[in-house]
Amino acid sequence: MADRAVAVLAGGLSHERDVSLRSGRRLSAALRAEGIHVEEWDTDAELVSRLREQRPDAVVVALHGGEGENGSVQAVLELLDVPYVGTTAQACRRAWDKPIAKSELREAGFHTPDWVVLPHSTFRELGAQAVLDAIVDRLGLPLIVKPDQGGSALGAQVVRDAAELPAAMVGCFAYGDTVLAERYIEGTEVAVTVVERDGEPQALPPVEIVPESGIYDYTARYTAGLTDFFTPARLSPEAAAAVKELAVAAHRRLGLRDVSRTDAVVQPDGTVQFLEVNLSPGLTETSTVPMAVEAAGGSLGQIYAELIERAVARASTKDITG
Amino acid sequence: MVLQPSAAGDPARHNLDPHLARYAARTEGMTASEIRALFAVASRPEVVSLAGGMPNLAALPLESLASQVQDIIAQDGLVALQYGSAHGVPKLREQICEVMALEGIKAHPDDVVVTVGSQMGLDMITRLFCDPGDTVIAEGPSYVGALGSFAAYQARVVHVAMDDDGLVPELLEEALTSAAAQGRPAKLLYTIPNFHNPAGVTLSVERRSRIVEICRKHNVLIVEDNPYGLLGFDGQTYPALRSLDPDNVVYLGSFSKTFASGLRVGWVLAPHGIREKLVLAAESATLCPPTLNQLIVSRYLDTHDWKGQIKKFRESYRERRDAILAALAQHMPQGCTWTEPEGGFYVWVTVPEGIDTKAMLPRAVTARVAYASGTGFYADGFGSRQMRLSYCYPTPERIKEGVRRLAAVLESEMELVQTFGTVQRRPVSGPQTPGPDTA
Repeated sequence: MADRAVAVLAGGLSHERDVSLRSGRRLSAALRAEGIHVEEWDTDAELVSRLREQRPDAVVVALHGGEGENGSVQAVLELLDVPYVGTTAQACRRAWDKPIAKSELREAGFHTPDWVVLPHSTFRELGAQAVLDAIVDRLGLPLIVKPDQGGSALGAQVVRDAAELPAAMVGCFAYGDTVLAERYIEGTEVAVTVVERDGEPQALPPVEIVPESGIYDYTARYTAGLTDFFTPARLSPEAAAAVKELAVAAHRRLGLRDVSRTDAVVQPDGTVQFLEVNLSPGLTETSTVPMAVEAAGGSLGQIYAELIERAVARASTKDITG
Repeated sequence: MVLQPSAAGDPARHNLDPHLARYAARTEGMTASEIRALFAVASRPEVVSLAGGMPNLAALPLESLASQVQDIIAQDGLVALQYGSAHGVPKLREQICEVMALEGIKAHPDDVVVTVGSQMGLDMITRLFCDPGDTVIAEGPSYVGALGSFAAYQARVVHVAMDDDGLVPELLEEALTSAAAQGRPAKLLYTIPNFHNPAGVTLSVERRSRIVEICRKHNVLIVEDNPYGLLGFDGQTYPALRSLDPDNVVYLGSFSKTFASGLRVGWVLAPHGIREKLVLAAESATLCPPTLNQLIVSRYLDTHDWKGQIKKFRESYRERRDAILAALAQHMPQGCTWTEPEGGFYVWVTVPEGIDTKAMLPRAVTARVAYASGTGFYADGFGSRQMRLSYCYPTPERIKEGVRRLAAVLESEMELVQTFGTVQRRPVSGPQTPGPDTA
């Protein structure tokens, strides 16, 4: 394992570039501590030629948002027969889309808050106020609006008063052309990391998230100290089992590979509500995946070193996309 | 490695900053910022960044400079690499007086204190004069680094509007009178008279003596920040406020725009009493400015045609200014207005009612163009309809392309405003302007 040469892809052009660079640096340091030779590469115009010339043993995609999670970069890696850690291009394309992921999980019998997906053009053509009224009538208040794709809570806003909804929509449309409006569920917010081990997805201890402001927005996510985390989450044994079951089901149902993180809310009555799944979860100093790994008695470097070996093994059986 | 999916034992609480309760009140606002994070994308070559204020150093004679630095180490290394005086290298202070003479300032080298960039001078002046709650008058908009210093010392900033001729004397008088009437008289006027950052305007010669008079009358010390004064596109200079009232003006100067920003060499010219305190404050802040960097600047002023170099910088920035003004005229949607700078780095753009330039920034980044939203240049939340465009760094072709992209973003945003009407945006935490290393 120590002889492995690995490229960590981080940066990119999405709105989450800064977070990705931090994830990439943290992961690279963890892998180097395992004796792996790591280079950190951005996804720029040099990437394809660099991949062709240097032929790393494997690539780890630490990109967040955009081309790093919508399957674009994965498709290029598959095209070049480069082994990589993470979900396949085909699965990314579906799971990356939050409404599709919610539909899949609801079909599988899990709870997820009611939602509606609307492009900007609908508001323009049908009249914003009429559509906004219909959203509030259907979903009630409070609700949350967020871009239908992307992470780090960018563009997301909780709306407690209908008068706040137009501003929330405008803020959301700055990040994309389509919004997902969802009933906002009060309860215990948890993040559940799933790691594949011996081919089987395994849920790590759920991490409970308690932001000081009450809202786990960008500032609460990336300012150390503004959010308390509890590992494992302070849940009943039944609820803890249920969120882990949900995370593993999301991982399987959406065809995810190697590692994923599912965000959910546990309501006071114990009902577990699926919120979204992350194909390339954050690995920064304030991210929940490293906390879950630590709570499980592992280390980020070891986990990813194992996933790299899996990726290399897949390549040796010519099953890069499997 | 064995993982324990059901970690036993009591839940562990992680607060990732156990020092949170110990921070001083002045750290409020020092949080992660989704706006600042967006500027990370601006560093990519696909993005035309009109956001940062990095000087374009391409015209510097690097080979010659390398040789000079080598000489300094070889010939004078034991001085260059040693502590120096907090006051600064004497010869450099003499040379700084020659530089300031170009703008009509007569000064004695003893009254010059060399600083780590003029930002340090600004920080020290604020430290010397401002207790929490003290009032500082600044132009609206104002330099973000100054607002940061004032916030750090918990000063109250009152903005005074400008027009095309810079700070409006009548409004300044009104603000000073009002502050005094509230029992919170202003201590300082912070002003950038020449080629303002971010507004791009210059204080007219006629207004200069009036501003000086008003401040005298109201017993307010003027802090004159002049990093761009030698970058007038026609080679024009204006009389420094310091030249009009040496006893009531503290002057901040810098080599960041006229030579090399990375050396971090600036200075303060202050009346004797203030200067004595500045030297002591500088000792406690940094012990002394970097000796090597001071010697590099001094050698450069000695051996290079530095005035010719500034002329080259001016020409380069003028070409870029022309490019951005032409592109703005060609592409910007109706309802947008902008200043027309005669020097310096920046154009200040006002967009149609209803558009919030801070909220629009993610859309702009998606369209591969970046700018600095106006709100970062006010201490009071103003500026949402403004943006600062920097033309100092990109090539003229890139500037034109950036403005074309920006215009398309504005068109989309105007459509959004038409759809949803003017909305009250949520406040955003943390810094809202790019860091110093953003192009």
